[in-house]
Amino acid sequence: MKRKILVVASAGGHWHQACQITEALPAEDLFFVTTMNELPQRDGKTPFTIVTDCNKNTPFRFLLCAGQAILCLLRQRPDVVFSTGALPGFAFVMVAHVLRIRTIWVDSVANAEEPSLAGQKARRFSTLWLSQWSHVADQVGGRFEGSVL
Amino acid sequence: MIFVTAGTQLPFPRLMEWIDTIAARNALDVFAQTAEPNGAYRQIRHQPFVTPQEYDSIIASTRLIVGHAGIGTILTAKQKNLPLIIVPRRADRGEHRNDHQLATARNLTGHRGVHVAQSESELEAYLMAPTLESAFIEATPAKIALQTFVRDWIYR
Repeated sequence: MKRKILVVASAGGHWHQACQITEALPAEDLFFVTTMNELPQRDGKTPFTIVTDCNKNTPFRFLLCAGQAILCLLRQRPDVVFSTGALPGFAFVMVAHVLRIRTIWVDSVANAEEPSLAGQKARRFSTLWLSQWSHVADQVGGRFEGSVL
Repeated sequence: MIFVTAGTQLPFPRLMEWIDTIAARNALDVFAQTAEPNGAYRQIRHQPFVTPQEYDSIIASTRLIVGHAGIGTILTAKQKNLPLIIVPRRADRGEHRNDHQLATARNLTGHRGVHVAQSESELEAYLMAPTLESAFIEATPAKIALQTFVRDWIYR
């Protein structure tokens, strides 16, 4: 059965990982969201939209990004939101949870000792929460099912 | 050209000093992205940050990447099929808030084309090796397991 999947990842390592994990999914089911223009075009990831980047030190930008998440999710109506982080991914997962859309968080493989801050926040809004390290998954009651490395 | 990168978040002066010394000793052509606004190195070309466009043109003329054990750096080397030497950041030297890069480096043991250097002499030995294997995107069992689990969960 066809699904519509929103893939949300900040530019950089998060984007690399999101692309690698979702490359096994049917390309026609995917819609990409990232924080840097030219990145999805360069990697041939279409359709896509660009949202405002934010981190824990930029609360205004976070609110802006959360507003963009509401509009994007209402417009796209995906069946699943998938994110590797960081804070923009959390905004989408949080809003998706409110809209009763299934959410998958895959914490970045860079977080080998404890979950990322965004990942910790996203835990309660995630239908499925994975770490790429088994001992990190155990810390927050998440699952370990593999890693991009 | 050899491209050295500290990533976008934190400077890595230990790596840059090693590279500067090794480049001087062996007349190497090095460009470094240091994440240091006031980096002072004599033998290498360097700037604190690069734009995505600059990054792509740098990578196009790069034959070897040296970096911290950052995920973006590792995946870039694999995608571009370049040899990669990584020097993990250490918390006891104030290079990161914890030792997750040592864990990442341990996890990369056995990945072909990814070479881990823990000292200046190890770094120099890799840099001066006549041939160094390139990294590439590997369909490791752990990666296939993760892709398959996510796909099956979505389409169950």
